[in-house]
Amino acid sequence: MSSKVLIVAEHDGTKLNPSTAKCVTCARGITGAEITVVVCAADASAIASQAAQLAGVAKVLTVENPANAHLLAAVLAPQIVALAGPFTHVFGPSTTFGKDLMPRIAALLDTAQVSDVMATQSPTRFCRPIYAGNAILTVEFDGAAKIVATVRTASFEAAPNGGSAAIEKASVDAALPTHTRFVAVSAAKSDRPDLQTASRVISGGRALGSADAFKILYSLADKLGAAVGASRAAVDAGFAPNELQVGQTGKIIAPELYMAIGISGAIQHLTGIKDARTIVAINKDSEAPIFEVADFGLVGDLFQIVPELERLIGA
Amino acid sequence: MKRILVGIKRVVDYNVRIRVKPDGSGVITDGVKMSINPFDEIALEEALRIKERGGAEEVVVVTIGPADCQPQLRTALAMGADRALHVQADGVIEPLVAAKAILKLVEREQPLLVILGKQAIDDDNSQTGQMLAALWNRPQATFASKVELAEGKARVTREVDAGLETLEVDLPAVVTTDLRLNEPRYVKLPDIMKAKKKPLETLTLSAIGVEQKQRLKLVKFEPPPQRQKGIRVKDAAELVEALRTKGLL
Ligand SMILES: Cc1cc2nc3c(=O)[nH]c(=O)nc-3n(C[C@H](O)[C@H](O)[C@H](O)COP(=O)(O)OP(=O)(O)OC[C@H]3O[C@@H](n4cnc5c(N)ncnc54)[C@H](O)[C@@H]3O)c2cc1C
Ligand SMILES: Cc1cc2nc3c(=O)[nH]c(=O)nc-3n(C[C@H](O)[C@H](O)[C@H](O)COP(=O)(O)OP(=O)(O)OC[C@H]3O[C@@H](n4cnc5c(N)ncnc54)[C@H](O)[C@@H]3O)c2cc1C
Repeated sequence: MSSKVLIVAEHDGTKLNPSTAKCVTCARGITGAEITVVVCAADASAIASQAAQLAGVAKVLTVENPANAHLLAAVLAPQIVALAGPFTHVFGPSTTFGKDLMPRIAALLDTAQVSDVMATQSPTRFCRPIYAGNAILTVEFDGAAKIVATVRTASFEAAPNGGSAAIEKASVDAALPTHTRFVAVSAAKSDRPDLQTASRVISGGRALGSADAFKILYSLADKLGAAVGASRAAVDAGFAPNELQVGQTGKIIAPELYMAIGISGAIQHLTGIKDARTIVAINKDSEAPIFEVADFGLVGDLFQIVPELERLIGA
Repeated sequence: MKRILVGIKRVVDYNVRIRVKPDGSGVITDGVKMSINPFDEIALEEALRIKERGGAEEVVVVTIGPADCQPQLRTALAMGADRALHVQADGVIEPLVAAKAILKLVEREQPLLVILGKQAIDDDNSQTGQMLAALWNRPQATFASKVELAEGKARVTREVDAGLETLEVDLPAVVTTDLRLNEPRYVKLPDIMKAKKKPLETLTLSAIGVEQKQRLKLVKFEPPPQRQKGIRVKDAAELVEALRTKGLL
């Protein structure tokens, strides 16, 4: 039987999130898969045309409904389930959007979910990290049930543009709950690159000591066109906002360059940067575990080194 | 009675260095320190605080797992839970099975809130709470960093990729905890003694009517690829030079 993959698009109401293009690449790893992207939104047109351009996508379905203005798992899940009939696989990204939504879909379909797929070995066989990435588990789906999965975005390149899929309006017959209501989202708007897609990331740890001290990292980041990240200790201490946390329970990222500054290198932090191309560590403790994984290690006081780096790079 | 149900999962302690068995059949857990999943401690702490503020009258902890999970349930009772339910099961319990089992207990206990961890730090699935909410046909507020209860409703702040999102949900509902929701209390020695007398009920999956179906075959476990050890540079200038050479600056 040939595979038909339904990918649930992530978006902010106007723009498609790059996580969707990564799901497409993951799905293309399944030989002969026919890929459909579904866009649930209040107004889906702009997002659907972005999805239609992704190479490898055969069709884009749009489900327009004012109830889809905010992507609430309890509201989306019954709509996706209503559309899932002809598909063998339902994929979503392993971002907070997909992590929230996909298990709800799996349960309604009475099937299991594979979380954080990092490779597809066959239409039914997948690899995923467990124990904060300290082991890789290969799982095989048994039986004919639909396969629901979240895709570890750091493991896949975004599918390029170049496609021209047909866009189709889908009508969905599903009772939508009103027990869950969106109130607000507070996102610090910043002009810096997005942490999850940036090619360079400068991250700070507990050693920074204050939110004020983090400014030296922002300043260096701006010089490099980099995003800023943080360890959990730095976020817990209030030096940086929660959305900057990198690690097992924060964001999993795969930049070209990752600079860990005043970060000790706890396993939970390293989980988030395993796929970084080049890791730089700056730490005053020459025994810090971060040096075990760093391509370039520099022992010294960050408060001297960071301004110096900025000066040298600027020159 | 206004009741909160809390999931307690026994996991390998987060400080343990995980090693894969040489034959690839699993990870080494013999003789390894086991603890309550850190997110479940946070879940229990939140339930206890809600009770202490008068928002609930009873906190019930639940675990699904083998007989050796009971020390973790006793620890939860020592932290302040009123009673414990242990659904005994050996072997692999997939999140869908865990969710179905918790649903049976929900039907029996009629809680106004179920608080679970956002993920268990062993399997890192992050599924059980969402699956429970789906099967129960009730709201879910995952990755919570703040929970406020009002009459028949909860206002929950969630840690999402974009920042912080606030949802309002009708009760009963499922909440899953993120790390910054609270800092769990320490257990005091007299409480450990008292916990020995608190009720702990043992059930089985078949007695509550849940089939322990395994839908995912565990084919093999492997250690992750190791990064190659890098080099030390002596100062900022050498670092900049090295990065320029690699074309990274
Ligand atoms: C369930 C669970 C989940 C977790 N999830 C995450 C996660 O997602 N992400 C995460 O990051 N952590 C996570 N953690 C926490 C993790 O275990 C560590 O506690 C945390 O990463 C430590 O942060 P840090 O490296 O900034 O602080 P520390 O470990 O305190 O390290 C600070 C470092 O700065 C160095 N230093 C101090 N002063 C200077 C100076 N002037 N110049 C240069 N170096 C200096 C020190 O030598 C030290 O190595 C989790 C923990 C648990 C239990
Ligand atoms: C490779 C592998 C090996 C396994 N081996 C065993 C084994 O030898 N013995 C065994 O008993 N199980 C075993 N399991 C089952 C496993 O321990 C979990 O119960 C199940 O996979 C749930 O996944 P999770 O904990 O990652 O769920 P998540 O969705 O990440 O868990 C989220 C939250 O749900 C709640 N929760 C989840 N499971 C339980 C539970 N069992 N009891 C109470 N609350 C819970 C907790 O509040 C938890 O924080 C195995 C699973 C896998 C994948």
